[in-house]
Amino acid sequence: MDSSSITPFVQSTSNVFEMMLQLPVTVGKPELKKEPEPAHDVSGIIGLSGDIEGLVVVSFPTSTAERAVSLFTGETLEATNPDFADAIGELVNMISGGAKAQFEGKSIQISVPSVVVGTGHTVFGKKDMKGVTIPCSCDIGEFSVEVSMVEWVNATAA
Amino acid sequence: MKVMLVDDSKTMRNIQKGILAQLGYSEIEEAADGLDALSKVGAFQPELLLVDWNMPNMDGLTFVKKYREQGHKTPIIMVTTEAEKSRVVEAIKAGVNNYVVKPFTPDVLGGRIKETLERVQAA
Repeated sequence: MDSSSITPFVQSTSNVFEMMLQLPVTVGKPELKKEPEPAHDVSGIIGLSGDIEGLVVVSFPTSTAERAVSLFTGETLEATNPDFADAIGELVNMISGGAKAQFEGKSIQISVPSVVVGTGHTVFGKKDMKGVTIPCSCDIGEFSVEVSMVEWVNATAA
Repeated sequence: MKVMLVDDSKTMRNIQKGILAQLGYSEIEEAADGLDALSKVGAFQPELLLVDWNMPNMDGLTFVKKYREQGHKTPIIMVTTEAEKSRVVEAIKAGVNNYVVKPFTPDVLGGRIKETLERVQAA
C-alpha cells in the first residue's frame, strides 16, 4: 500500500464527518498496522473485493461512537441497541463508498457492513495483507480508520 | 404523496423520513431490501421511491430492473454510496430517474426529489 491508496480514505472520512455530523476531522500521520493490534471498543467493518481486495475498519472508543451516533441519528442510543450498530455500519459504508469512487479505473465492490461492539476486540484481515492505521480526531473524540488491502496488478481499466 | 424508502439501514431511512417530513411528505412505507420492497409495492402503490444500491437479499439495481419489468413508471431516485460514473450510467439504464450520492445534505436530497417530480410531471 502506498500513500496514494490512503488519500481516498482520508478525504472520504473528512467528507462524511463534515456532511453527516457537521464535524471537521483532524487526520494524524498514518502508520503501518502492527498485527494483532486491538481496535477501539466499537468497529464498523466493510470488505472490499474486485480489483482491490481488503478491509476497512472504522474504530471508535464507545463514548466517541455514542456521540457520533447521536449526531448522526438525532437520537441517544446505547452501544447495545441494534440501531446503534446500524448507524455505525452506515458511517463505515459511506466512508468506504466515497473512498472507492476515488480509485479511478478500478472495479471495486463493497460488502454490507458488519459492526463489532466490545472492549479489547481485534479485527483480523486476510493473512499477509498489509494494513495502515489512520488516526483521526474531532470534537467528540479520537477514532481510527484502518485500511488493509491488496491491489491486484492486472486490474482492468474501466 | 406516497413515498417508499428502500434501504437496509434503518438510520438512513430515518434520516430520509426526516427530510421528507420537512418537505411535507408523511405517507411513507419502508422496505429493508429489494425483495421486501417488491412484496410491498403492490399494496402501497408508491408515487416515488428512494432506493439504496447495496442491500442484502436483493440489491437496489436488481429491484429497479424487476420493478420496471412489471411496467411501473413511478419515479425512482437511487440514494447510494456508489459514486462512480459507470455506476450512475448503469442505474439510469436500469430505469432510475435520478441519483443521489451518500453522504448528502438535506438540501441536496430535497432538491433532487423536487427536481425529479417536476421533471416527471413535465414529461
